[in-house]
Amino acid sequence: MDYALSLIGPMAEGAKVTLSLFFITLVLSVPLGLALALARISKWRTLSTAVNGYIWLMRGTPLMLQLLFVYFALPFVPVIGIRLPDFPAAIVAFALNYAAYFAEIFRAGIQSVDRGQYEGSKVLGLNYLQTLRRIVLPQMVRRVLPPMSNETITLVKDTSLIYVLALNDILRTARGIVQRDFTTTPFLVAAIFYLAMTLVLTWFFQRMEKRYAKFDE
Amino acid sequence: MPNSMNRHTTVPPGADPREIMIAADGITKSFGKNLVLNGVSLTLRKGEVVAIIGPSGSGKSTFLRCLNHLEIIDGGSITVQGEPMVTATADGGSHYASDAEVRRICRKMGMVFQSFNLFPHMTVLENIIEAPITVKRLPRKVAVAKADELLEKVGLLAKRDNYPGRLSGGQKQRVAIARALAMEPAIMLFDEPTSALDPELTVEVLRTMRQLAEEHMTMLVVTHEMGFAREVAHRVIFMDDGRIVESADSADFFRAPKHERTRAFLGQML
Repeated sequence: MDYALSLIGPMAEGAKVTLSLFFITLVLSVPLGLALALARISKWRTLSTAVNGYIWLMRGTPLMLQLLFVYFALPFVPVIGIRLPDFPAAIVAFALNYAAYFAEIFRAGIQSVDRGQYEGSKVLGLNYLQTLRRIVLPQMVRRVLPPMSNETITLVKDTSLIYVLALNDILRTARGIVQRDFTTTPFLVAAIFYLAMTLVLTWFFQRMEKRYAKFDE
Repeated sequence: MPNSMNRHTTVPPGADPREIMIAADGITKSFGKNLVLNGVSLTLRKGEVVAIIGPSGSGKSTFLRCLNHLEIIDGGSITVQGEPMVTATADGGSHYASDAEVRRICRKMGMVFQSFNLFPHMTVLENIIEAPITVKRLPRKVAVAKADELLEKVGLLAKRDNYPGRLSGGQKQRVAIARALAMEPAIMLFDEPTSALDPELTVEVLRTMRQLAEEHMTMLVVTHEMGFAREVAHRVIFMDDGRIVESADSADFFRAPKHERTRAFLGQML
């Protein structure tokens, strides 16, 4: 038990990396995902098709591959050719990947809003942006909460992929200690860290759902 | 003006019977290969209450939706209070004014839907003040005062902080009417406002509409309520198969319908 407690310090250091990646990815990919969703349903076919292709690419290849690509291959891509340090590279890959998933969630949410809501807004004189901001998006939020809850919990665990860039997140820290001390206890502690994070997320999303349920019909 | 008074005996006194609020001419509209409107024309004057009746699929709702740009017409013209929203072109088509212009003209018309289309994430009060604040840029205080006044009028002041999900159908529709009125339209369009309601709820909505009519609101009402058409409307239009079959003062319309098709329809309804 004392041994397990002694692991909390170094594991908390790993948790900082995991949590930073988690939050920065969310902050970037949610707005990007929303923009992609709007582009995807836009009447401008070229844009919509391009976004469709992007989503296919991001969902159709492993996140691990995208991570490796951004870190190792991006520097050699003509025109773009930038070399990113490990953590920023991870953020770029995660944000681009998660934006694609969020885009599909948001698109479904937006399209589930009844056509009558658009007509009701239109006859009151609201323009497209006003309708989106005041009428459609607030209703979308409620509907996307359950899939968003799923996706963010997946993100917590996906962060462990950054071990391939030798970043010391919770899992890689645990693995290091396992190899050093010849005991599997660190894995158990890592599991508890992940469970605690998902517990907070679950609780947060349940509260949000409750808040938005007040106007349920 | 004894002449025009004679022609429109039922136009309420005080209203200028000459001012034309909506002039729609030769409207045609197809959905795919299906011709829904086949040259429909209508002149709606200030203070007039006109009921449009007809079997389902006759095009009456589509016609109403064309008037405020919820549907795009294929041919014909629409002018609202003298301002052309869409004009007929030489080749039999039609040409719309700019988006901003169309939106501005459409703001002269309020609309009430069969399915209410209230915003479920907003309280009754928020539903009503949304457009005045967002579109007209009214200060919140002014918008709220106006909304309270309208809620009082439709008898729902007590429900102002409820969400629409908590209201009955009749209450929802009265909120929808208050919401439309908050934008101070010159014309109110009603698209089967009571078709989704139980008979007793229909009564309360019709009462509100009758009250509006008594205040000389210009109203165009697509309805299945023959009682309303007979008692409140000044003029009744019968549509069938994308055309206006008959249009007459409501008393004449119900007493002596001229067309066989109208008589058959009324026979079924009454």
